[in-house]
Amino acid sequence: MNLHKYEKIWLIFGIGSLALFLVIIGFAAFWKGTHPQSHIETIDPQNVEAHEAFKPENLGLNEEAEGKYTVNIVASAFNYDLGKDENGDRVDTLRIPKGSTVLFQVTTTDVVHGFQIAGTNVNMMVEPGHISRYETVMKNNGEFTIVCNEYCGIGHHLMFGKVEVYE
Amino acid sequence: MKLLTFSKKESTLYMAFMYVTFTSLLVGGLMGLLQTFVRSGKYTLPFGIDYYTILTVHGVILGLVMTTFFIIGFQFSLMGKTVGMTDKQRKAAWWSFWIMLTGTIMASVMVLTGQASVLYTFYAPLRAHPIFYFGLALVIIGSWVAAFINFRQLYLWKKANKGQKSPLLAYMVTINMIMWVIASLGVAVSVLVLFIPWSLGYTATINVLLSRTLFWYFGHPLVYFWLLPAYMAWYAIVPKIIGGKIFSDSLARLSFILLLMFSIPVGFHHQLTEPGIDPTWKFIQVVLTFMVVIPTLMTAFSIFATFEATGRKKGFTTLFGWFRKLPWKDVRFLAPFIGMVAFIPGGAGGIINASHQMNALIHNTIWVTGHFHLTAAMTSVLTFFGITYWLVPHLTGRRLTPKLNKLGIIQSLTWTVGMLIMSTSMHIQGLLGGPRRSNFSEYAGGAQVDTWISYQMAQAIGGSILFIAIILMVYIFIQLAFFAPRGVEEYPIAEEEDDAEPTPKLLENWILWIAITVALILFAYTIPVFEILKHSPPGSPPFDWPIGK
Repeated sequence: MNLHKYEKIWLIFGIGSLALFLVIIGFAAFWKGTHPQSHIETIDPQNVEAHEAFKPENLGLNEEAEGKYTVNIVASAFNYDLGKDENGDRVDTLRIPKGSTVLFQVTTTDVVHGFQIAGTNVNMMVEPGHISRYETVMKNNGEFTIVCNEYCGIGHHLMFGKVEVYE
Repeated sequence: MKLLTFSKKESTLYMAFMYVTFTSLLVGGLMGLLQTFVRSGKYTLPFGIDYYTILTVHGVILGLVMTTFFIIGFQFSLMGKTVGMTDKQRKAAWWSFWIMLTGTIMASVMVLTGQASVLYTFYAPLRAHPIFYFGLALVIIGSWVAAFINFRQLYLWKKANKGQKSPLLAYMVTINMIMWVIASLGVAVSVLVLFIPWSLGYTATINVLLSRTLFWYFGHPLVYFWLLPAYMAWYAIVPKIIGGKIFSDSLARLSFILLLMFSIPVGFHHQLTEPGIDPTWKFIQVVLTFMVVIPTLMTAFSIFATFEATGRKKGFTTLFGWFRKLPWKDVRFLAPFIGMVAFIPGGAGGIINASHQMNALIHNTIWVTGHFHLTAAMTSVLTFFGITYWLVPHLTGRRLTPKLNKLGIIQSLTWTVGMLIMSTSMHIQGLLGGPRRSNFSEYAGGAQVDTWISYQMAQAIGGSILFIAIILMVYIFIQLAFFAPRGVEEYPIAEEEDDAEPTPKLLENWILWIAITVALILFAYTIPVFEILKHSPPGSPPFDWPIGK
């Protein structure tokens, strides 16, 4: 079949842009290593405490080294467990110094949840049986809201937390 | 090409699908309005109705019921016009209608009684009442009956017209239904093998990731199932309305084949932020997803080429003179035209959503909702409205009077304004991190959340304008169905150019195209699904209480 001359130009331009675009995405993914989070690590959702990271004493913010932190969170309908402070009270805000490298590790004990720190690239599905991980550098200071952005039941909109990045 | 006339009984069948369509539009639209009100923070639902119940109604009834009924009814009429429908097929078609309607009613009752507030994606391990899943299965099975009637219609025509190429619209309907059957196998397996035994308690646990993967294997072709009927109207019906011819029969067929091939092996781009799928396979499906850009560009070209060629034939020689002379005052043209324009930003947004890494910024934010209100509710549904303006009077033996045409134009513009306000504010709020599918919440408070709420106010304004447009549309539908003056309304199907080149025979080699499609699906899914099964965690028991049961 014959293509019209203008259509050929249009398609060459279009497919060329498409190819360029895919090369950029591929370069970012395979050379720079910025894949979306996919760790394929499984866990028993009914016994998450068997995993070191999700033991009650390890939940919340842990300093691993100077400027390097791990945050372990257990999500459940309709709550993020961010650990307890030294008085034994529930933590609702994670305070992190600006410029730190933070590894977020999240799992769920019941249904599917979302984990997004609004205004950042930390945005993961949290599914029973899997561990979701994302490492990022907290470059901007301010208050960020953690929202559950996947429907998890009638209390879904009451499931949130806070991250405070300070100078 | 000779167009066939509908018998009275045939028209009644096609109209039955339209009644369900517009009833669904009214109910689903009302739910949408209430949602935007609730999210403005100034309104609480009466009688203790839960927000997520109406959210489920909105998604199921507009996303699955209204679209499917309209598309199958419209496609039956296209087949009836071009290749004909026998009495036997018409009786079988009624079966498809009643099976789908029974399924719809079963699912709706469960949703409305709060037994199935699981949204239209029904993600495990939230468990709805088993009848909800049986209802969904019946809707799918009913649509398969329709698909096989369509296949038989074309087969009989081919047998009676040996050596001739099939009518373009019959060809397009067949492609859409092949895609639909292949894609809905995924959701059927998921519902019949995973969900129903689990919800009844025959199996203790469910593989959550497998159920999600099967859902999205179906979930993306679903949006193409909405889009292809709009393409049918753009390629083969709008040219007739503006007094032109089909730009290229072969090009139209080729773009439909490409859409068939590349609409199914792409589901992982909905699962980019999931923990259990290998990133390389996610990337491969991202590449396959982007291939639909090619038939989309082909469609854009040939539609605008038709517009220009038609205008020039009428003697408008300046660069854009032809554009001014398009029949802007004919709602049968205006409504689908606005739909086409909306698809430009809609498609661009889709490219962002499907991009491997950019997705992380907007995944599950209300940006996504804004995106599919541009693509599904503007592009597809507005084109469906454009079709309704001539299809319904043609079926009922009435006329689209100048007054109703004018009202239709007001309806289209109201819909456009409402959708622009709502969709734009959803896009912006999504970029700021506002989540989708959530009841009103101030979360932890603070400056960030304040900005979201102001956009939610804007969505309530857009939603109110949209609801006015819905009432107008339902009013016009009732007029066209029952009250407009008797007369004859044209069923506009365009012809090919007289000097058109013959369509290559290869384009009708069904076995070849289906084989390539299946090969692509196997390539994109075999290894990842095998890995999902191999690395599967302990399964999940059902959870009833989070949905308020």
